[in-house]
Amino acid sequence: MRLYDIDLPSRLLLGTAQYPSPQVLTAAIAASGAAVITVSLRREAARAAGAGSGFWSLLQASGARLLPNTAGCHTAREAVTTAQMAREVFGTSWIKLEVIGHADTLQPDPFALVEAARILCAEGFQVFPYTTEDLIVAERLLDAGCRVLMPWGAPIGSGQGLRHAEALVSLRRYLPQVPLIIDAGLGAPSQAARAMELGFDAVLLNTAVAKAGDPVAMAHAFGQAVAAGRIGYEAGLMPPRDMAVPSTPVLGLADLNLGGRP
Amino acid sequence: MITILGAGVAGLCVATTLAERGLPVALVDSGPVHGGASWLAGGMIAPWVEGETAAPEVARLGANAADWWAARVPGVARRGSLVVAPDRDRAELDRFAARTSGHRRLEADGIAGLEGDLAGRFASGLFYAGEAHLDPRAALVALADGLRQRGVAIRSQTRLAPEQADIDCRGIAARADLPGLRAVRGEMLLLHCPGVTLTRPIRLLHPRFPVYVVPRGKGIYMIGATMLESDDPGPITLRSAMELMSAAFTLHPGFAEATILETASGLRPAFADNLPRIVRAGGRWHLNGLYRHGFLTAPALAAQLADQFARAEQEAAHAD
Repeated sequence: MRLYDIDLPSRLLLGTAQYPSPQVLTAAIAASGAAVITVSLRREAARAAGAGSGFWSLLQASGARLLPNTAGCHTAREAVTTAQMAREVFGTSWIKLEVIGHADTLQPDPFALVEAARILCAEGFQVFPYTTEDLIVAERLLDAGCRVLMPWGAPIGSGQGLRHAEALVSLRRYLPQVPLIIDAGLGAPSQAARAMELGFDAVLLNTAVAKAGDPVAMAHAFGQAVAAGRIGYEAGLMPPRDMAVPSTPVLGLADLNLGGRP
Repeated sequence: MITILGAGVAGLCVATTLAERGLPVALVDSGPVHGGASWLAGGMIAPWVEGETAAPEVARLGANAADWWAARVPGVARRGSLVVAPDRDRAELDRFAARTSGHRRLEADGIAGLEGDLAGRFASGLFYAGEAHLDPRAALVALADGLRQRGVAIRSQTRLAPEQADIDCRGIAARADLPGLRAVRGEMLLLHCPGVTLTRPIRLLHPRFPVYVVPRGKGIYMIGATMLESDDPGPITLRSAMELMSAAFTLHPGFAEATILETASGLRPAFADNLPRIVRAGGRWHLNGLYRHGFLTAPALAAQLADQFARAEQEAAHAD
């Protein structure tokens, strides 16, 4: 998979929040095979994230590529400032752009999102916008300069899977060339596999792994599910049919009634 | 004389344990008499609730903590602790129940029976009857007083080269000497709210960090604590203060009338697995990495350290 001219060996992107410990987190990253991990930056962390500060060096040591995010930002301005700080701190111009429109549902604010995306793209950022399945918003984000889109599966942390699968599928059809990453709302490996089977390029998740009883095992499960779903998609899935279709011929069956009734 | 560096909960527990075994100890701290992360602790002795995220080792270390504290400091309350979630976050409560033991499920009337002021506020909760809480500040003062009564010198505002100490319990200040030790920032509020009566720690499940309200008596409540991967020691941020306040308000709207006595932030020392360690480094013993479990694990760790210390002294004596 290629995102902003970087080839990545895995189609799973993993969030790094809410793990029981950094040790479990690094083991989960390894078990998932994720090549990209997201990190959220808060101001107090930005002030302190100097060389040798423990958590950041652990993340950097994981070998995965860092995708800083603007989690928790509610305005375009706040998100732009956070992105600028993240570029300084992490030394990458990749940014997962998240502008929350509603404190309760954490759904993206598409207006502020497009505004912030335009500013950041102009400043040379490679923007990964967290958006809805809305096609018009997607087109505006592409106009703003985004080359990757991250439509949601369901509200953040809800574990509901693909809540509007039909709309996501039509987004996929309309934008066949744009890398689309299902971000947020996935609760089970089967849901991640389904997203991949529908032709999405990758999935990004956090809570389902971090809050699992065994985060490392769950990370492994998601890694396998994402790989399986992608292989299934590439192999060409059979379309559902209304009627049963036998997989073996019905004609020419051997007559097993020999010597039975006269 | 055994010199112990750091007069937080780890240093005080180690000094107390050694002094109780008849060994001569002295305690030195570079800061004020009481300060640092321990001064801001919640003071919950909650081995089962902490089991949601902590390794089983933490619960093992904390199994006898309440007894240890009750024998030495006043005000250890064995009233259990309560975990509640807003009704719409019931799934979060189910998840918490599945991840922990030592609880029993309560419905609305069960919650009201335990904490009258929560009547009608939550449909479901978890009661951990075996847990306890204490006022960490009173406990630290009592340990220090107990040591002084035994003739132990406690020198605050005193800088001592770490190499001159025998046992190092400085918490995050020892980071330069302990590779892998990191800071986890925590922020807390102290409120005065005589209009609300709660008698045991209440944890409100929150998507980002566990928010708890711990009664300190006389209408005083501690609200804590944020968990940030940051070594910024600066004052509480507005966002954190708002999150803590809104958690208190969600628990009981009467907290709107509370006065804010104090806001504070501190740095918890933690290793990558968030488990405490006793290590020998730089010619001295270190007890560090107690993370958010200082009052829960320090007594058992102090005993382990005292044992190891005695064994090493014995071996050194034989070697002579």
